[in-house]
Amino acid sequence: MTLVKTKIGRRAFIRNTGLASGGLVIGFSWLASCKMTPEQVSSLPKEWFELNGFLKVGDNGMVTIMSPNPEIGQNIKTAMPMIVAEELDVAWKNVIVEQAPLNTDIFTRQLAGGSQSIRQGWESLRMAGATAKQMLKEAAAQAWGVSANEITTKEGILSHEASGNSAGYGEMASAAASIEVPEEVQLKETKDFSIIGTETKNVDGKKIVTGQPLYGLDVYKEGMLTAMIVHPPAFGMTYKGMNADTVKSMPGIKDVFHFEVYPEGIEKQWSDQGGIPELVAIVGDSTWECMQAKKALEVEWEQTSKAESTAYHEEELLALLEKPTETPARKDGDVEAAFKNAAKIVESTYSAPYLAHNTMEPMNFFAHVTPEKAELLGPIQTPEFAEKTVAARLGMPVEKIDIMMTRMGGGFGRRLYGPFVIEAAVISQKMNAPIKLVYTREDDMTQGTYRPSYKVKYKAGLDADGNLIAWHVRGAGTNDSLIFEDRFPAGAVDNYLAEKHSLNTNVTTGAWRAPRSNFIAGAEQAFMDEVAEASGKDPIEFRLELFDRAINNPVGDPKKNDYDPERYAGVLKLVKEKSDWANSNGKARGVSAYFCHDSYVAQVLDLEDGGGDMPRVEKVFCAVDCGIVINPLGAKNQIEGGIIDGVGHSTFSAMSFNDGKPEQSNFDRYRLIRHSEAPKNIEVHFVDNGIDPTGLGEPSLPPVVAALSNALYKATGRRYYNQPFINERPPLVG
Amino acid sequence: MAIFTLNINGKKQEVDVDPSTPMLWVLRDHLNLVGTKYGCGIAQCGACTIHMDGTATRACMLTVSSVGNSEITTIEGLSEEGDHPVQQAWLEVDVPQCGYCQAGQIMTASALLAKNPNPSDEEIEMAMNGNICRCGTYTRIKKAVKLAANS
Repeated sequence: MTLVKTKIGRRAFIRNTGLASGGLVIGFSWLASCKMTPEQVSSLPKEWFELNGFLKVGDNGMVTIMSPNPEIGQNIKTAMPMIVAEELDVAWKNVIVEQAPLNTDIFTRQLAGGSQSIRQGWESLRMAGATAKQMLKEAAAQAWGVSANEITTKEGILSHEASGNSAGYGEMASAAASIEVPEEVQLKETKDFSIIGTETKNVDGKKIVTGQPLYGLDVYKEGMLTAMIVHPPAFGMTYKGMNADTVKSMPGIKDVFHFEVYPEGIEKQWSDQGGIPELVAIVGDSTWECMQAKKALEVEWEQTSKAESTAYHEEELLALLEKPTETPARKDGDVEAAFKNAAKIVESTYSAPYLAHNTMEPMNFFAHVTPEKAELLGPIQTPEFAEKTVAARLGMPVEKIDIMMTRMGGGFGRRLYGPFVIEAAVISQKMNAPIKLVYTREDDMTQGTYRPSYKVKYKAGLDADGNLIAWHVRGAGTNDSLIFEDRFPAGAVDNYLAEKHSLNTNVTTGAWRAPRSNFIAGAEQAFMDEVAEASGKDPIEFRLELFDRAINNPVGDPKKNDYDPERYAGVLKLVKEKSDWANSNGKARGVSAYFCHDSYVAQVLDLEDGGGDMPRVEKVFCAVDCGIVINPLGAKNQIEGGIIDGVGHSTFSAMSFNDGKPEQSNFDRYRLIRHSEAPKNIEVHFVDNGIDPTGLGEPSLPPVVAALSNALYKATGRRYYNQPFINERPPLVG
Repeated sequence: MAIFTLNINGKKQEVDVDPSTPMLWVLRDHLNLVGTKYGCGIAQCGACTIHMDGTATRACMLTVSSVGNSEITTIEGLSEEGDHPVQQAWLEVDVPQCGYCQAGQIMTASALLAKNPNPSDEEIEMAMNGNICRCGTYTRIKKAVKLAANS
């Protein structure tokens, strides 16, 4: 047993003394916010007893567990409560899960981003369950006059073997609510887990497949108006004027006005990145009426900064690739000298375009601002930051801002940036009415906060025996410097130089699923394949030799290296075995491995025979080391999704610009992967090592880009350097 | 504005809307049936798929004035208890990630299976190609459609 001080999120465990006397919690909007299935309704308790901020126990033993973080499809609404339930020792069928509102007094990090929810929540979620279990034991000990240490628990039942006493959690819940919160709790040994590690279905599954209202766009409230925005048609433009009179008289239109989202001097948070300072709002009775008015409205814009085109970004990024940096990001040994002595030199340049996030549910938010308070409800990955800007913008104290999160129709980083929350609040305040702000798909796709466009140039030197003696990488991105200088192969090559440039542009960019890694992994692992080929070695053996070097005789300070070479090599060896690497059955096959979000992923990808220049992916074997897997069913779904996402975007997707204007605004011109293009089979294997869990929502995407391009090389004899790969097909001849 | 009497999920429903209003917004804004989702508005993503006389149809490009007496079925009306074989298969395979596109996927799949109870992989892919899943649940969707076909 591990004794752990209940220090993390301590406030969550200190109950309001006003409640502790009776222990009864009334209120909570959970009955109104979630429709119960008939089985659950019949077993609802008469009273709930809150044991800490994460959970409450009903008088019949049902338990409600709050899922603190935003749900964007990463399935933490199932996984986080599983961790609480594990330590509480309650049967999963007796658990009701509820989305927690934003409450920074109770929860420590209510954010969806960086694949960190489980990593960061691991200890506090376990403690929440273990603390409540200890309080239930204490209550039973007092009732039975025995020592709490002699009481055991299993699936919501407290037992004392010597006296023969036993009781359900529900019977002790009232008494437990007045027990002092323990200073220390015992956590389970991983071998004793009975919920963690079991395949558990999505807690919202039934509601999703029956079309229940779950998402921000599904919010409809009494007296609510619909609001839309009109933003500049091109980056570099700002509002000049409009004639709204004809539009204001259109059916169902209540108002059309220009407004400042971010007036001069307003304190912004990082989540306000990409926000457009001035917009036009259209407010009306219904969505279709607003859409009609939006089409009819003529707004005048003026060019206030450079009108940038894709050709300009390309030229500038290429120029940066030729330019040494004054201070390298990392320098080991002397690459120039090593290149002079090298028997072979390999050099390649890779590129990728801007990408839109394209969550299936476009940006939206409900706001009801009155002089007394601001009620906000909708899909946001960073509610805590949005709340601060809303308060600053409305001139209200943070305590009067109430943010609730809905389930989100995708995130992928887009909803880290919440200017739309501020916009909704300002529009509601101006209208003095509840409103739901809705972006059209076109608003969503042309408004920015894109994945930056990137270029990277690699140069490697091999000695006469095919050993890697020098590695030089120089990368550049729009508003982003791209390179992770301390990741592999840093530490495995004597002479190593990493340089990074950033090109300032007015096309707004931000985090997109596995930021930077989503490009650099594909480039690095494709280049690694070229270098392995030049060395005459098998691509997996070539990588394993480098990991051996990093394990046995690392270059530089090994603590500086941002990866564990043993775990890295571990996933490669596992995927080698599972894919029967040596026996490809004649399939064009590629390998790739990458580390990000503290997790390790290796993939072997096979292409279908006879697919021409762009054959379909037949199968992906994937080995993952993300430590303890909470819910293998959901975890595999994330890995599969990341693989399809990576194959899809690197093959088909791109945003481009002409004089600042996005050239794609909907799915007719922005191509996303579809059913008939998706990998046919994906086989996922997790490393079972009992290490604390690490990231899962992002790490499978980055490496698959190179697994694909390396397989395409095997199929076609040509290297695919530039994304989207669909454009790399040779022109038809004759 | 004009009054339309629609046949939705087996019930007569009356709405007073502009004749150009797409069924998507009639369902969502006027009839409180929000299971049918907005994704693109130009029939490219399939999130708004409903059945019109049993055929999978994109509600975002279907004007209310063109519906007439046709029988409209939405995800809310696919089954009384959410136990249509396709819905059950979706739960069994644990298909959804964010879940937003899944109502549309289920409506397309159920229309396919009604016409072709044993589709091949290629037939499934062709029928489902108009439905985008941004989370990438395509392999699970195919598995669920096959499971539903066999049940």
